[in-house]
Amino acid sequence: MTDQTVESPDNRPQKVEHYVDPAPFNPATTEKLTEEQELFYQASQWQIMWWKFKRHKVAVWSGVVLILFYLCVPFAEVIAPYTANTRDSQHLYAPPQPVHFFHEGAFVGPFVYGMKSEIDMTNLKWVFSEDTIKVQRIRFFCSGDPYKFWGLFDADFHLFCPAEDGTLFLLGTDRLGRDMFSGLVYGARLSLTVGLIGVIISIVLGLFFGGIAGYFGGIADNVIQRVIEIMRSLPELPLWMALSAALPVTWSPVWIYFGLTIILGLLDWPGLARAVRSKLLSLREEEYAKAAVLMGAKPGRVIGRHLLPGFTSHVIASATLSIPSMILGETALSFLNLGLRRPSVSWGVLLNEAQNISVVTIYPWLMAPVIPIVIVVLAFNFLGDGLRDAADPYK
Amino acid sequence: MLIYIIRRIFLMVPTLLVISFLTFFIIELPTGDYISNQIAALKASGEQSSIAKLEFLRKEFALDRPFFERYLIWVGLWPGPHGFDGLLQGNWGWSFEFDKPVSEVVGPTLPLTVLLNFATILFVYVVSFPIGIYSATRQYSWGDYGFTFLGYIGLATPNFLLGLILLYLFNRWFGLSVGGLMAPEYIDQPWSVDKALSVLAHLIVPTIVIGTSGTAAMIRRLRANLLDELHKQYVTTGRAKGLKENHLLIKYPLRMALNPFIADIGNLIPSMVSGSVIVSVVLNLPTVGPVLLSSLQSQDQFLAGFILLFVAVLTLIGMLISDLLLAVLDPRIRLGGRAAQ
Repeated sequence: MTDQTVESPDNRPQKVEHYVDPAPFNPATTEKLTEEQELFYQASQWQIMWWKFKRHKVAVWSGVVLILFYLCVPFAEVIAPYTANTRDSQHLYAPPQPVHFFHEGAFVGPFVYGMKSEIDMTNLKWVFSEDTIKVQRIRFFCSGDPYKFWGLFDADFHLFCPAEDGTLFLLGTDRLGRDMFSGLVYGARLSLTVGLIGVIISIVLGLFFGGIAGYFGGIADNVIQRVIEIMRSLPELPLWMALSAALPVTWSPVWIYFGLTIILGLLDWPGLARAVRSKLLSLREEEYAKAAVLMGAKPGRVIGRHLLPGFTSHVIASATLSIPSMILGETALSFLNLGLRRPSVSWGVLLNEAQNISVVTIYPWLMAPVIPIVIVVLAFNFLGDGLRDAADPYK
Repeated sequence: MLIYIIRRIFLMVPTLLVISFLTFFIIELPTGDYISNQIAALKASGEQSSIAKLEFLRKEFALDRPFFERYLIWVGLWPGPHGFDGLLQGNWGWSFEFDKPVSEVVGPTLPLTVLLNFATILFVYVVSFPIGIYSATRQYSWGDYGFTFLGYIGLATPNFLLGLILLYLFNRWFGLSVGGLMAPEYIDQPWSVDKALSVLAHLIVPTIVIGTSGTAAMIRRLRANLLDELHKQYVTTGRAKGLKENHLLIKYPLRMALNPFIADIGNLIPSMVSGSVIVSVVLNLPTVGPVLLSSLQSQDQFLAGFILLFVAVLTLIGMLISDLLLAVLDPRIRLGGRAAQ
């Protein structure tokens, strides 16, 4: 605060002379933006969304976790110590081998103890126990179980593998001596991509029908609204079951997989279409949309070019939230023997082994796929929440 | 109110028609039908004698007619080989796999299916209501954080996995068989108090398993709605006028927050019915779930079709009830048709 008057010693206000600054007036100097504000006003919509998203710590960490999981998709062969269908007939239903670092008090590095096996004649099963004499050091960046990388060329490079003529069953083995951990890594490939492809199908359908309903209104809107209402009132899982039971048994695993993703996407679009419709209904009244129409743009261009960018972020956010339900759908179907089957490996296929409760009670590690499923679903939920909060950055 | 109810029920008719058509379309998707598959198998093995009988059966069940005709015969809107004899006339079809009428196959499982779903909805209401209010009024307390965390876990764990885990834990810790409808010793026993209690005890686990994700969702919704209301001016006014905190809460904001609470349960019903189907398979409960699975696997089309339709109708009735409840609660809905949602 600057006073216009200056107090003189005798307490009488003295008039200040009229003064005009000769420099030309520059409005930018009066409303000086701080550096932060300047950055904010110049940033693009996506940039601001990213800033907003970054503040949601849980969502960011969920994203990191998901990226780690998705690394299994391209590099499953390298990450897994065995292939998904390698059978070890010496180790049927072998328990998980815990990783140790110290042997008899001395640091050895990561290693597992070998396994002793005995036959339990009363229960007629193999009993495995740790053989604390055999120290089997885990090798890193090594060559081990041969595989065909992406089904294209032969290789045998692994991130880590068991010691020479040792075993490394981090999560135990199943009925046929197949390593559970490797199964999980390979299973991620199908389980994680089912959701992505399914969601793409659902987005395409949702945008198409939601776009028509929201843009044209009238009869088209009414019909699509009714269809959406009916589809939302149907219990999904029984329909999924019926549809996937209709997939021909003679199809190859790849076709079954694509069939499944289509089935999952086919029943998921109504929620998305509804969101698209309500957004379009409000956006189409905006002046820039009217301007585009007056300038003779066709509906497809108005929707795709002018209206769609306004709510892409919302579509992405709600799509993220519907991925977990698809992953769970695939898991449930494969668990019930209606989805993927061996030799395809997904988390649901692996869980299929755990269908019989008496088997699970004796060999609890067959339930291992539960852990990645819960983590991935949880992470997608958090990520979706974060994206949804960030989707409207100007709010 | 009566007009609203009548209009609401009337609205269900076209929905039912569309759903029945969809159901029929889906169960007819696999190529061939149960009988023609058997005929093919018999032909392959060279047995001629039974083929004639099966051909006769195909005619009996009108499987040789075109698609739309078969659909109309199934629903009972078109005369089949025995005149009008379809769902509308109370004939639910024939199960080829069990060689019995569908009504005999699924009949015993229907009451339990309805009971299980009803118990689940009740569970969701009873559990989520107090917890939701607690979480909202004690926001950011330890209890709130705890319930939020539990809620997230509940949302993320698929119910059939939860069933599997509980099954395992109960087996492991208590040596209890939680699967099935009653303890093994009561099977084939006449009904008694002990048997009824055993059934009730066995219903607890499936109810929790199916209801968990729904409960979690409802807690989140109620908490968010109530928090919105609690920050509004009228609450401050009420407080300033010296209303007791509990009285104020129940009288004003809770009523406002209740509306979406009831509307939402309608949206949850499809997923709960879905859950009951798969959880029944995992926990080995005699509901329609396991029957649906086996009928789908053996392509027993009329049985599968009826169950799909039954499950859909069950959902529709649940949504109808939630709509009617909403109309009772909120005069705007029963008077103004479809008021602002």
